[in-house]
Amino acid sequence: MNLQQLNQISESVQEKHGSCLKRVGVCCGAGCISSGSTAVVDSLKSAVKAKGLEDKVEIFPTGCMGACNQGPLVKVDTFNETIYQKVDAENAVQIIEQHVLQDQVIPSMLLFSDSDPEPKVRADENSFFQKQVKVVLENCGLVNPESIEEAIHAGSYMALHKVLTSMKQEEVIYEIKKSGLRGRGGAGYLTGLKWGIVAKFQNAIKYVVCNGDEGDPGAFMDRSVLEGDPHRVLEGMLIGGYAVGAGKGYLYVRAEYPLAIKRFEQAVKQARSFGFLGKNIFETNFEFDVEIRVGAGAFVCGEETALVASIEGKRGVPRPRPPYPAESGLWGKPTLINNVETFANVPPIILSGHHWFSKIGTSKSTGTKVFALTGKINHTGLIEVPMGTTLREIIFELGGGVPEGKRFKAAQTGGPSGGCIPAQFLDTKVDYENLVSLGSIMGSGGLIVMDESSCMVEVARYFMEFCMDESCGKCVPCRVGTKQMHDLLNKICQGEAASSDLELLEALAPMVKETSLCGLGMTAPNPLLSTLRYFREEYRAHIIEKRCPAGVCKMKTAQNKKKARV
Amino acid sequence: MNASFTITIDNQSVEATPGESLLEVCRKANIPLPVMCDFKGLSPVGACRLCLVEIEGVPKLLPACTTLVAPNQAVHTQSDKLRKYRRMIIELIFSERNHICAICVANNNCELQKMAYELGMDHVRFPYLTPVCEVDASHEKYVMDHNRCILCTRCVRVCSEIEGAMTRDVMGRGFDARIITEFKQPWGDSTGCTSCGKCVQVCPTGALTPNDAAQGRLKKNPELVALLIEKREAKP
Ligand SMILES: Cc1cc2nc3c(=O)[nH]c(=O)nc-3n(C[C@H](O)[C@H](O)[C@H](O)COP(=O)(O)O)c2cc1C
Ligand code: SF4
Ligand code: SF4
Ligand code: FES
Repeated sequence: MNLQQLNQISESVQEKHGSCLKRVGVCCGAGCISSGSTAVVDSLKSAVKAKGLEDKVEIFPTGCMGACNQGPLVKVDTFNETIYQKVDAENAVQIIEQHVLQDQVIPSMLLFSDSDPEPKVRADENSFFQKQVKVVLENCGLVNPESIEEAIHAGSYMALHKVLTSMKQEEVIYEIKKSGLRGRGGAGYLTGLKWGIVAKFQNAIKYVVCNGDEGDPGAFMDRSVLEGDPHRVLEGMLIGGYAVGAGKGYLYVRAEYPLAIKRFEQAVKQARSFGFLGKNIFETNFEFDVEIRVGAGAFVCGEETALVASIEGKRGVPRPRPPYPAESGLWGKPTLINNVETFANVPPIILSGHHWFSKIGTSKSTGTKVFALTGKINHTGLIEVPMGTTLREIIFELGGGVPEGKRFKAAQTGGPSGGCIPAQFLDTKVDYENLVSLGSIMGSGGLIVMDESSCMVEVARYFMEFCMDESCGKCVPCRVGTKQMHDLLNKICQGEAASSDLELLEALAPMVKETSLCGLGMTAPNPLLSTLRYFREEYRAHIIEKRCPAGVCKMKTAQNKKKARV
Repeated sequence: MNASFTITIDNQSVEATPGESLLEVCRKANIPLPVMCDFKGLSPVGACRLCLVEIEGVPKLLPACTTLVAPNQAVHTQSDKLRKYRRMIIELIFSERNHICAICVANNNCELQKMAYELGMDHVRFPYLTPVCEVDASHEKYVMDHNRCILCTRCVRVCSEIEGAMTRDVMGRGFDARIITEFKQPWGDSTGCTSCGKCVQVCPTGALTPNDAAQGRLKKNPELVALLIEKREAKP
């Protein structure tokens, strides 16, 4: 494979597109598939066939288009971008007959037509899309993730070509360093710095690992990227491999993501047959291959040392760091571990340069962040915004606010390791530092919106239960501490706690935070601490008044007990 | 051999060799540190968190057993915070299963009990969780009482690293984690177990005992295992 061949592939795809009357993309992300998009594909295909237009109208699957709760979504002509929502096998035919054949838009089926009195013909005019800046999700929802030719047409492997044919290893690392890219797996460590550490080891066998464990409840960013643009992730890993001097890469992904596994496997096979994996890539000496390792879906296996153990075939349990995997990772060798989204940021940085990238976002948190919006919000789904976008913009402009006229109460970021941010901080610009100063973390990008009907003590209890269940059990503070904290929170939620129980909780939380072995235990108290910080009143109401202000917790007060007996 | 250097521990200069752990250096210098999961000669795991120390310039508390010495390190093994946390950790261990010493075979011969005295634990402020755990008495010579197990994994490590039998492992997660023999078979059915008894000797509590030990009469001799390991590693 060389540049000329790459361009030829791209041109022939361009030609094919040009010969189409219309191209119709059907969102085949996991969300839309679960609401029936496979049947929509079949229906569209047979409608086109019935008209004898198979050569003129292309029906193809895409990755996640973002507005997941409106699915299945169908996008007519990827360039004019009209999105239809809640499409089923029947009204899919209508799309072919009216829009594709007669250029008549169907207003009643347009995206957000059930809430917007004037639904937009061009999907990107919706506020849901307007503030989004797509770097990572550039191709997601646009290209067919099952076709390497389409990926190449969309620009895939151009960055790899540039790196292999015109950049030294240290130039690649310099570019990533200068871009300010920080790890999207949670902690926000500077990616270029990490690459530099791994690259420093001379004459060693090295590995690249892409972390696709994504264990936070409610998170589906990495899944969507793997499903929607697998070649992008693969290309990022290849560039990482070249930069640090590794010859082998692993994608670690959870078994609960069968579609992501399938698409990535397909991408690897295609890349191998096109010569992007294997020996003499782009006619250079660079050699790289990738394997997939499927994890059984333990949250702790996303922690890098546990992940390494799991890939090695051992029990997925963390070990103390240092040494960091960059020094001693897989089989004791220097190992570069980055998150899916981190790797997906790499190709565009290489192609457009660090100046371009660092202009997006804030000075310390550059670029964009993909968020999975869930909870009490009108538009749940997948979004990508520049770092520094305010919570208010994300929740009220993109997300369309809280449903049923209810009052916004808090935004939860960082999942079980994060915290709850109350309404008075809605204008905070979302970046790594700001979220930490509010007692939360960026985490991997889950954003759960809560309204007045959410009980914050129950939220803390829920996340503590998650941590307790997911604790690997190796170290005492996390194994026993999360269990004790959970039981105490449970007691509060049932109206059976005394003030002394709150004191115990407040003694345990900082201890578990500071003494646990890995990040799971170190961050497990965060949801508790942040709700105590902002919603102490609610704890008081549960403990002193035996009352749940949000009406969520069933109190086992004397009265209720009596009622239960009757 | 790399040249040795000095580090300071509790404001005292101590000689250290590259590759040594802080715990090893403390032991040589007779600086006491509480340890529960560590056993001399077995690979350190940093699980009990009792040996946590403060290192100047490092924002995290680090376990002395797995942290390697580095030139110019300034280490503090005692502080109000460390004492407070260590006490809480030992209380958590006591709260987890069943450690009613008066009815235990290991009474007065138990590292856990001794540690609780040393750390000044006069009561346990957390509720006792006392899950009902199995007692495996199927082995011809030994008993495993999971109610007394603190999951230090010394037995697992001595079995694989020293005896080479690899009979024991950990199964399950978090509060439900349990030590198992083979693929969770009764110990007596294990064909891999050589009945060497090293696990019993290194177990810091009454979880692993000879089956003829009467209450409070247990004598363990972990020093013997430590000596064995040392001699085995000694170069002629
Ligand atoms: C309990 C726990 C779970 C984690 N889960 C994930 C995960 O699912 N995906 C991920 O990329 N990083 C996860 N991390 C962070 C990783 O340890 C590691 O820092 C990250 O993969 C590094 O990549 P980055 O620098 O690109 O963020 C987790 C950390 C902890 C402590
Ligand atoms: S903090 Fe929790 S998950 Fe991490 S090593 Fe300790 S017990 Fe395991
Ligand atoms: S049986 Fe004894 S040695 Fe084994 S893990 Fe339990 S307490 Fe530790
Ligand atoms: S002795 Fe170091 S953590 Fe247990």
